[in-house]
Order: sequence, then C-alpha cells, then structure tokens
Amino acid sequence: MKEYKLENSANYMLLEIPAQSENESFVRVVVAAFAARLDPTLEEINELKTAVSEAVTNGILHAYDYGKGVIRIFVSVDNQHLSVEVHDFGKGIADIARAREPLYTEKPELERSGMGFTIMENFMDDLLVESKPGQGTVVKMLKIFGKTAEINH
Amino acid sequence: MQVQLIRRKKNLIVRLKGELDHHTADIFRHSVEKELKKKGNQNLIINVTGLTFMDSSGIGVILGRYKQVKDKGGQVAICGLDKHHQRILQLGGLLNIIPVFGNESQALINLK
Repeated sequence: MKEYKLENSANYMLLEIPAQSENESFVRVVVAAFAARLDPTLEEINELKTAVSEAVTNGILHAYDYGKGVIRIFVSVDNQHLSVEVHDFGKGIADIARAREPLYTEKPELERSGMGFTIMENFMDDLLVESKPGQGTVVKMLKIFGKTAEINH
Repeated sequence: MQVQLIRRKKNLIVRLKGELDHHTADIFRHSVEKELKKKGNQNLIINVTGLTFMDSSGIGVILGRYKQVKDKGGQVAICGLDKHHQRILQLGGLLNIIPVFGNESQALINLK
C-alpha cells in the first residue's frame, strides 16, 4: 500500500479507529469539520459525509469479516481540493471492477444495497480504489469545493 | 436513531429521526419487521422528515421492507424526502417502485 504523501499536502489530518460500526458517524463528522475551512455549501458537506460513510462502512463490513482491525483515514487539503483516503488492512478485494458495479454486494443477507461505490463516484470528483488480497484496501477520493461559485462569478 | 411506529387502520407509519447508516439500520429493520408481522398491518408509510443523515444503508433497509410488504399484498410510500436523500434513493432505483408524497396525510389518502 502506498504511504500518505505528507510532503505534498498543504494541510492534513490523520485519524485511526477500530473497525466498529459505531465509529462511522464519528468519522464522517470529523471529516466534515476538517472540510469546514473550504467554506462548503450544505450540499457539498452532505455529499462528502455520505461518500466518507460509504468508504468507512465498506472497511468495517468487508475487510475484517467481523474480526478486529483498524481503519485509517487521511484527509489533506490543497486550495479547494480535498483528498480523502480510507485505508484498511484486511482481506482486500480480489476483483475491484466487479466490486464497483452498481448493486453488487457480498452481503445481501444484511440488506446491503451494493450502491456504496456508485454513491462515492456520484458525490465526489474522483475515486480510485487500490487493493491487494490479504493486505488491505485504499479508497482515494477527491472533492473540489466551490465549483458552483466559480461558474456564477 | 429513533423509530416511532404509529398505526392508522391498516397503515403502519414509521417516523425516522436522526442518522440512518450501517450502524443504525438494524434498529429500523427489526422494529418494523416485528410490527409488520402483526395482524392488520398492510401498508407501510416511511416518514423521513426527521432524518439528518442517510447513506446506502437506507436503500438496503427500505428495499427490504418494500419486499416484505409487497409479499403480503401491501403498498409502501415515502414522505418528507429532502433533495439529498432523494438523490440517494434515486441512485438505488427506489423511486421507480415507491411513490413519494409531501407528508403523511397525502400518503394516507393515496394508499389503498
């Protein structure tokens, strides 16, 4: 797994949590608070929180199969660009293209919709998934803030 | 998340308050599942006015209840959707199968 590129980041935060579902809410609120400096619209914040929630939920639900593990969230900001990386160190994804397909889920019995990656793609400006079986997964997302304001002025 | 259940004749109204995610979806699922198994409930109206957050867990749990109600010949409606939550349910294809109303009264009038 690639390491965080701290030297390129104007400012950043790093957060680590145990892979427990009760932490999902905490993570998205922290990331939203970090993004507040970009003067986001309510819509931008809602999109960011939902995408982060999807990535963290994937890590908690799929990476460790209910065993112990950690999720690391690295967020960096450069002008109006916010980059979010969600790292897990679990079982990895064998077929990333298939995992990203709408409605594909490995846990239909838990009423998972299989729409997590589709929502991340729709609500963020860029999405990259890197994974190695047995080593873990990194979801990298980019969001550009203030796009609507630029068009209006 | 808080789940409030109200019976109106053969309609079960569910008012959701707070955050609907992977962690809280089970609260919604279990309380409604249990209530739907009781006699007399046929239709389900999901009021999401009080929701402050929803992710794809919402799609899964609403779809699950839709199947449960449909199997017994009932109808499902959603009311109180804001723009952001509407986008999420739209991506999941739910708005093609479940009608959306402004409030509970409009849903009650339109369900048979």
